[in-house]
Amino acid sequence: MTAQANRKARLKSTKGWFMRDWRLYVMLILPVMYYLIFCYKPMLGLMIAFQKYNMFKGMWGSKFIGLENFRFVMSMPDFPVALKNTLLLNFMGLIAGFPVPIVLAIMLNELRSIGFKKVSQTLLYLPHFLSWIIIGGMVLQIFSPTSGIINATLLKWGWIDKSIPFLTDGIHWQITYTLVGVWQNMGWGTILYLSAITGINMELFEAARIDGANKLQQIWHVTLPGIRSTIVVLLILNVGQMMNISFDRPFIMGNPMVQKYCDVLSTFVYRAGITNSQFARATAIGLFQSVVGLILISCANFFTKRLGEEGIW
Amino acid sequence: MNVSQVANRRQKVWSVPQIILALIILIISLTCVLPFVNVAALSLSSKSAILRGDVSFWPVEFEATAYKAIFSDPSMMRSLLFTVVITVVYTAFSMTMTILMAYPLTKKRLRGRKFFNVLALFTMYFSGGTIPIYLNLKELGLLDTPWSLILPGMLSTYNMIILKSFFAALPGELEEAAIIDGANDFQVLLRVYLPLSMASLATLTLFYAVGKWNSFQDALYYIQTKAYQPLQLKLYHIIKGSQAVDIAQMEGGSSTVATSISKSIEPATIIFATLPILVVYPFVQRYFVAGVTIGAVKG
Repeated sequence: MTAQANRKARLKSTKGWFMRDWRLYVMLILPVMYYLIFCYKPMLGLMIAFQKYNMFKGMWGSKFIGLENFRFVMSMPDFPVALKNTLLLNFMGLIAGFPVPIVLAIMLNELRSIGFKKVSQTLLYLPHFLSWIIIGGMVLQIFSPTSGIINATLLKWGWIDKSIPFLTDGIHWQITYTLVGVWQNMGWGTILYLSAITGINMELFEAARIDGANKLQQIWHVTLPGIRSTIVVLLILNVGQMMNISFDRPFIMGNPMVQKYCDVLSTFVYRAGITNSQFARATAIGLFQSVVGLILISCANFFTKRLGEEGIW
Repeated sequence: MNVSQVANRRQKVWSVPQIILALIILIISLTCVLPFVNVAALSLSSKSAILRGDVSFWPVEFEATAYKAIFSDPSMMRSLLFTVVITVVYTAFSMTMTILMAYPLTKKRLRGRKFFNVLALFTMYFSGGTIPIYLNLKELGLLDTPWSLILPGMLSTYNMIILKSFFAALPGELEEAAIIDGANDFQVLLRVYLPLSMASLATLTLFYAVGKWNSFQDALYYIQTKAYQPLQLKLYHIIKGSQAVDIAQMEGGSSTVATSISKSIEPATIIFATLPILVVYPFVQRYFVAGVTIGAVKG
């Protein structure tokens, strides 16, 4: 009995916390080592952005040159192009892609047949589970100039005289890139909205109906206000991500013919750093991107909290 | 639970507006599947049919030569096996790390809990970036080894937070009772917490496994040796190879190179690399959905 009481007391006591909890610290050893070696050590490696990096001398032996790398990178003709493309493609994706999951979620919610809803959700979520390499490969097949199904069909029906250069002309490429992104995310994006709609008090719908509101009015006056906070938070978070662009999607969809349109910061860093071994300069671009990204996301967090929502930290 | 579903239980399921709505949703849903059907049809069609642009959603002049070529290509089979091994090892490592990090962080009594929390959270918003991570692996001697595909992204802070909130939702009395019965923290974790969170562990396992199966960037950056090329990287090389041919053709280059490559190889490889995902997808989809909604509570 006393032994039991002792054990229970030990769980609550503040003295001897190490004797009590050492096993928990043992558990933490491996993950903390992971964070230090694979996350924090590279952060230290950001130093080389300010160095004339020499691979043989390493980051501790190379000479510091202040902001020289940044100055050099900013003066490269590719840099403003990559920056502009990053912001433009993200912006196009946000404008075209943000409302789609909201509309789709509301439509799915209005469906009365549960079976049909389940099946269509399964189909809609599918693109989210495929890698960009696979999607990119399919896009190249489908939008191919002569043998691709879209051009071939339109030509056959006589709707167009010559094939549409979906992937080989700048503006067309940007639009294709954006729409493929919308397509990939539209289904998956509905999940959060659907769960937010579930949280709306049903009596509100009842009351609206009794007041004579039709379906559209109910959506406008009950559903949309009910998911307003989800919409606002996701919108702000998306704006906070404007500087971040994935690597896979622009890399696989891009090609030399649209180089001026498809080169973004991530592909630029890859080309400069890994293909051409310009480590210090590529690190400078990366650091610039991370810092601006961090500022944006902090602002986003500030605004979310300002609006009375729960922030991300 | 569907709000209007419950509210309208007495209305009939298929009215005219419902049919129109269902049709719209059906069309949108089909856009998510038809690309596959098209690519699958291409993979089973003859070269001339593909070049004529005759293939839509059914194979034309059926032939399975592309699949025969893939299955008889030893490098392709090796790549498949390699990807499976990498995915399994990575997922096992990741789950171990995630559990080991998440569990102690749910204990309010743990000294330094806040420090460890911040240590993990900070990495979600700031990272060394591509090049420092690359150089770090180079320094560690991991570049161009299978470990470069396993170790760097082993612990996802996002997934760790999901698991933490699962653990934290379990009643604390369970732990107290187990400790009174003489269990230590390892035993509490193994015998009480893990058995009770099998569903969430399954979800995270799938998150990690699908993520690794689909990952391409790390292989492109870190791997040179052909034997260590995962499927996605192999697929990329095939796609880029034939795209270069397409562009050369458009610019009026010679088409002799193009004719030497069978047109259906590329779609067949796409289907080959997608099939494993498509097979497990219907069964695992709901776990993912559950994971997303929980992750959003405290993302």
